[in-house]
Amino acid sequence: MKLSVWTYEGPPHVGAMRIATAMKGLHYVLHAPQGDTYADLLFTMIERRNHRPPVSYTTFQARDLGADTSGLFKDACSDAVARFKPEAIIVGASCTAELIQDDPGGLAETMDFGIPVIPLELPSYQRKENFGCDETFFQIVRTLAKPMERTTRITCNLIGPTALGFRHRDDIEELTGLLSDMGIDVNVCAPMNATPTDITKMGAAHFNVLMYPETAEAAARWMEANLGQPYTKVVPIGVGATRDFIAEVREITGLPCHADETRLRQPWYAASVDSTYLTGKRVFIFGDGTHVKAAARIARDEMGFEVAGMGCFNREMARDIRKTAKEYGLEALITDDYLEVEEAIEKLQPEMILGTQMERHIGKRLGIPCAVISAPVHVQDFPARYSPQMGFEGANVMFDTWVHPLVMGLEEHLLHMFRDDFEFHDDAGASHHGGQATARVEEAEAVQTITADNVIWLADAEKELRKIPFFVRGKARRNTESYASERGLNEISKDTLYEAKAHFAR
Amino acid sequence: MTYAPTLPQGGGCRTAPVLKERGQREVFCGLTGIIWLHRKMQDAFFLVVGSRTCAHLLQSAAGVMIFAEPRFATAILEEADLAGLKDAQDELDAQVERLLSRRPDIKQLFLVGSCPSEVIKLDLSKAAERLSITHGPSVRVLNFSGSGIETTFTEGEDACLASMVPVLPETDKRQLIVAGALPDVVEDQMLDLLSGLGIETVRCLPTRTVADELSVGPNTVFALTQPFLGETHAALLRRHARHLPAPFPYGEEGTTAWLAAIAQEFGIDEETFARVTDGPRARARSAVSQASEPLQGKSVFFLPDSQMEIPLARFLARECGMQPIEVGQPYIHDALHGPDLDLLPAGPQISEGQDVDKQLDRVKAARPDLTVCGLGLANPLEAEGLTTKWAIELVFTPVHFYEQAGDLAGLFSRPVRRRSILGLEAAE
Repeated sequence: MKLSVWTYEGPPHVGAMRIATAMKGLHYVLHAPQGDTYADLLFTMIERRNHRPPVSYTTFQARDLGADTSGLFKDACSDAVARFKPEAIIVGASCTAELIQDDPGGLAETMDFGIPVIPLELPSYQRKENFGCDETFFQIVRTLAKPMERTTRITCNLIGPTALGFRHRDDIEELTGLLSDMGIDVNVCAPMNATPTDITKMGAAHFNVLMYPETAEAAARWMEANLGQPYTKVVPIGVGATRDFIAEVREITGLPCHADETRLRQPWYAASVDSTYLTGKRVFIFGDGTHVKAAARIARDEMGFEVAGMGCFNREMARDIRKTAKEYGLEALITDDYLEVEEAIEKLQPEMILGTQMERHIGKRLGIPCAVISAPVHVQDFPARYSPQMGFEGANVMFDTWVHPLVMGLEEHLLHMFRDDFEFHDDAGASHHGGQATARVEEAEAVQTITADNVIWLADAEKELRKIPFFVRGKARRNTESYASERGLNEISKDTLYEAKAHFAR
Repeated sequence: MTYAPTLPQGGGCRTAPVLKERGQREVFCGLTGIIWLHRKMQDAFFLVVGSRTCAHLLQSAAGVMIFAEPRFATAILEEADLAGLKDAQDELDAQVERLLSRRPDIKQLFLVGSCPSEVIKLDLSKAAERLSITHGPSVRVLNFSGSGIETTFTEGEDACLASMVPVLPETDKRQLIVAGALPDVVEDQMLDLLSGLGIETVRCLPTRTVADELSVGPNTVFALTQPFLGETHAALLRRHARHLPAPFPYGEEGTTAWLAAIAQEFGIDEETFARVTDGPRARARSAVSQASEPLQGKSVFFLPDSQMEIPLARFLARECGMQPIEVGQPYIHDALHGPDLDLLPAGPQISEGQDVDKQLDRVKAARPDLTVCGLGLANPLEAEGLTTKWAIELVFTPVHFYEQAGDLAGLFSRPVRRRSILGLEAAE
């Protein structure tokens, strides 16, 4: 038993729903109790889909348990096939139905609908949502895709984008354009917008572009082994990664592969003097493995931040993220317990968080700005405008998104200089955020305080600390305390504060 | 008789044939009730013993995440618990120990059963008894089921309230219990009305904290403010309390009829009743008439969701001039819904249970001006050009009694008004 307050991932059958909802002409018959239909609203409300997810639930109740739940399942299958006329169905059980062991796969296979029936085994008590996506897509591909003659022109499949994915909709468009610049057509994009018939044609592509390892790595590996299609290992998020991706595609295809960089603004924006204030900002990065790995590289190499901590919630990516973290001189935090993430952030006192909606809330509580880089998603993560993460436009989008939560260049200096202004002060927050202009509240007299390690902050040092603007105060406090403890000091005076400042100056 | 609403001329719906359907139900399970109950009962913690799906439902159903550390959590069953490798009861004890040591402010703990815990027959009442001994008297531990196989959406609150009734102390006191979780401000308005009528011994179930006094016995009468409290109703009857049947207090008419049933029981004279209710009645009527202007003459279709459908249809039909086409409710309980069915003018199809695909076929054929449905269905119907009101908002918003009557009409009229002011056709 594991106590959980908030979860980063849903159960694996929600992953299967993300595949079914992304596709067309596929129906999912889910053996599940009344109530599991809540998952529909993830798609219709959060993603604002204009259709119900193609899922039929058996919605069994207590009184059915003693009777014939397998009969209910078979009826639901026949009704779904008759009503929705899918090209193929996937069948499976949610967590409760797994316990009653009706074997949906076996039941559906005996019914002879004349269409492919793909049974799913998704162990609800061991695995989670991303596994559900990956396994479901893999089973669909394994059942439907066959080796076949390659297209005359060089083509690829885009694999991995699902319903409820973080900016998947726009990443598809961006990558399709990028590949087209290089003279490569997209054969099939799947699962997003693909039909089962499209899946049968995947073998015609020359290679696969694995967009999100979380949702399509098993399928990519299977197609490599069985259809002879290599797949790309670089996820093109960030300028450097996009250039590496282009190089990788060049190697796979033998085409010259030049991409149009005329609309890429990120490198100049990062180099322009206005961005000097971004130098060395300490960021904490958390999310799914793919986006975290990409964000770390962007943060360090393309924004000039310092990566102060990183981690991911999906254990499938743990090895990769641990290895990446080592390259940054860090220990990765691999956990799906948001309380642990909160604790890590509180301890590190970063100047910015690049995280998920969970970390956005943690940041709100701790007064640390946060930009969202990864699922789990929220209605805000489906903007009306074009807003990819991948490719060169993705790099532009991320520059804007990451800078927005921060207090910007000159304003930062003004806050340092005129901290006592009655309107223009710390608690009013960054001026472009539309928070209410709050009048400055007179603070109580600074008094001496004691830290958890029994170091005493003398009253004059506390007072001096308060003169430092809010967005760096946490860092100053932390630096001073670590400076004091390294030197075995048990008191922090005003001088200690400035000695620490000099020590950490950069 | 202080007041009696006029019965519809063409008869009501109480004896109308009910269409009973069985198929896919597009509803939440009872766990959803925790989202409002944990705010109502400020010293209570709800520990769901369930799966990752339960945890995911709780954070998704609210639509927003409540990041002020919520007073609910899920003890997620894992492979080892199911395979019997670990004793689930021992595991539960350990989780509760951990929880209570971190949250000393918790005075009542509800162990909430879920679909998986019911299917593996994990005995939570045994656990609650044992944990009450370990952690009592400072913490009271109770259990109820919010599972989808047992409860539909608002029935979770019903199960929770019903679990508290057997442990109430016995009393011979002549008193009124009002059952149903209401927002504090609405509860206070109600208590003011009742004390204005001269009824002083009024207690609410649930109480805001466990320390608030509540007892029950043969001289207790009770009224319900929520139409989904069937089990609570039965539990109170078992404690020899007597139910005061009445229409539910939605709208001016419902509120007046509800108060009148209580006034009659306590022998309140007509003059006092008029003195207390005339002012707020007039206010409510004028607020409703303003807010319901876009609803007049429009048709409405209720898909079963919150159990509030019948009383709300009565309000919309009688006070807002709407024509219900179909009124679907997950369950119909005559003792609770009879008075509202009496007042609902004959005409609409009354349905119980759901086969969502068939019901949606009927919605599409009827093309009602307003469809009241769950969140999973609202946007798909809007995309087909139908105007919808999502039902969960009716549960999360203060809608009871006189001062909220206008707001209640507004909840229905806003989507209708919105469609008429948006200049562009929403193609997607």
